[in-house]
Amino acid sequence: MSILIKNGNVVTGGEIRIADVYIEGSKIAAVGECPDVAADSVIDADGLFVMPGFVDMHCHLRDPGQEYKEDIDSGTRAALNGGFTAVACMPNTVPPVDNPALVKYIIDRAAEVDNCRVYPIGCITKGQAGKELAEMGLMKQAGAVAFSDDGCPVSDGNTMRLALEYASTFDALIISHCEDKSLAAGGVVNEGVNSTIAGLRGITRAAEESMVARDICIAAALKTKVHIAHVSTAGSVRLIRDAKKHGIEVTCETCPHYISATDDEILSFNTYAKINPPLRTEEDVAAVIEGLRDGTIDVIATDHAPHHADEKNVEFDYAPFGTSGFETAFSVCYTYLVEEGHIDLARLVQLMSARPASILGVPGGEIKAGAFADIAIADLGEEVVVDSSKFVSKGKNSVFNGWKLKGAVKTVIVDGKVKEI
Amino acid sequence: MKRKDLLGLKDISAEEIDEILSTAKEMKKILDQNVKKTPHLQGKNVTTLFYENSTRTRMSFETAAKIMGANTFNISAASSSVQKGETLIDTGHTLDALLTDVAVIRHNRSGAPHLLAKNVKMSVINGGDGMNEHPTQALLDMFTMREKFGTLKGLKVVIAGDAKHSRVARSNIWGLTKMGAEVILAAPKTLLPLDVESMGVGTSPDLDKVLDGANVLMGLRLQLERMQAGLFPSVREYSQYYGISPARIARADSSVMIMHPGPINRGLELTSDAADCEDSYITTQVTNGIAVRMAVLFLLTRKAL
Repeated sequence: MSILIKNGNVVTGGEIRIADVYIEGSKIAAVGECPDVAADSVIDADGLFVMPGFVDMHCHLRDPGQEYKEDIDSGTRAALNGGFTAVACMPNTVPPVDNPALVKYIIDRAAEVDNCRVYPIGCITKGQAGKELAEMGLMKQAGAVAFSDDGCPVSDGNTMRLALEYASTFDALIISHCEDKSLAAGGVVNEGVNSTIAGLRGITRAAEESMVARDICIAAALKTKVHIAHVSTAGSVRLIRDAKKHGIEVTCETCPHYISATDDEILSFNTYAKINPPLRTEEDVAAVIEGLRDGTIDVIATDHAPHHADEKNVEFDYAPFGTSGFETAFSVCYTYLVEEGHIDLARLVQLMSARPASILGVPGGEIKAGAFADIAIADLGEEVVVDSSKFVSKGKNSVFNGWKLKGAVKTVIVDGKVKEI
Repeated sequence: MKRKDLLGLKDISAEEIDEILSTAKEMKKILDQNVKKTPHLQGKNVTTLFYENSTRTRMSFETAAKIMGANTFNISAASSSVQKGETLIDTGHTLDALLTDVAVIRHNRSGAPHLLAKNVKMSVINGGDGMNEHPTQALLDMFTMREKFGTLKGLKVVIAGDAKHSRVARSNIWGLTKMGAEVILAAPKTLLPLDVESMGVGTSPDLDKVLDGANVLMGLRLQLERMQAGLFPSVREYSQYYGISPARIARADSSVMIMHPGPINRGLELTSDAADCEDSYITTQVTNGIAVRMAVLFLLTRKAL
């Protein structure tokens, strides 16, 4: 089986050039002018952008246990719809992925549904309870690409220290959800003018920043690496920029909603805008974008957090945190980062593919001969109005519902096979 | 006034507030009659839907509705299908199907009335939601001030106490600032909402410094749970700095009104001498509450005619 993608604007390695991409089997065979190749199928990409498939290093597939919110099949189909050819899923399932058997279940189930690549992330601590370390070595051997207690931050400083230290035994990556729960104090939105106006309990930015600082300090003291999840505040960006300047091995990610939306969204008590960390202010959005621009922030991840309509259609305090992110991620980032002139498309594509792939140590992020044929083709001229009721994901809870965006993913190829989207 | 619901004073105009207060003035005349009855709400069904305990607000709405001839119904979350897990929206649909014209909702979560209003045909009145708003309380406070001073414009209103957790404070801030009054919040920093100045009010950690020239001195109810949560150290220290006492009243304008949304903690927000002094309007507020709620019920249901 061979595919020829003709005349597209190929985006890879920080550059864009018009070229053909020839795929043979599961691999890219050639990039350049391929006029005489007799391919089984030809995709005319004239005027379109041919990008390495996106790699999401932070999402929630809810499987096992909460299949009413999402499952591995619906979640990975939604990922394909957004141009993602590989996703790393967080372990806060029911039960949590804290042992190699569950890691294997996710890998097997993902192979069965055969949509995009799925890389499980295992728990740092057993049951995400923040006390005893989970079997990181065995889980890594079974295929886990990183470890995180996402959603339940490791509150105890010494436990985090031991986790980072132990993980380094296996050169395993720890992804830290930074939130001091005692400082968050049961808050539901960013603490500031808007929490005051709405009378909703605020989460101080210090809840995030103090734990970012803690984890940087531990990583520095132990000379280990650490990855900070979903950076949302100007203060976190400053701390990480400073840490990088001092050679500390810290990487981090932010999410599409932190570069495009503010806590103004909560003034109407819109539960789709209830996200953790909370949507912040315009100053934070500007600082996060600057962090992406200057290289402080390494990755854009979705934190795709699907929930059932019944769970979100309740009093604001009672709704769960999270926004369904796969199917809008690229359009949001293209619209708010590239169209706005903050970064160019080539850089955006790196933030969404090559960088997360390299941090996770998985293939992806490049269009070159010999690489896996994981490709997303987009029409950047197309305008879309987000209608989350039409999402492939079971989670229709998108803070971007109704937003007008630019850029639409048209074709996705995984492992040399064109996927239905 | 042309609206289905009254959810708060944040999204309401000064003209609408004026219309409610003027209508309430007419309604108050009915309260002074020997036979307290008008037919404004005859044939209307008014239901109070309370997810949180309340005596005065519920009684006040019920009294207002009954005076105007409505059929009134009460639902308490504690003794309803809510206990069986019914959602707020489903409860709303049920009330719609039961031909409810107006639901007055009290809920311990901010934004609950907004969720209800968005999903039902009936009118929804916010009878207090979480820390967000308590619009009819602020309207009756403003009515009481206007009754005495004739206008709200230029009044200096000092609100002492836990503004952070207070829906009464928020509604008063929206309403009073729209009507041209000056509002100053006095509280320890732990009980002042962050950046509240952006709502157009002044703040002072020192109550004594802002008493001069105050036309209204309003105390807010202080929940003792806040002390257990570490927001202030002791009742003694709190009342020393923020309690309304005769000595503090003497430092305000000679015409000062002492107000409180109730229920009061004697000796905490107000000393007994202050609560019962001749400058105290606390019981007047309660009576005026009926007139204001009559006005709101009338104006919301009139639209449907």
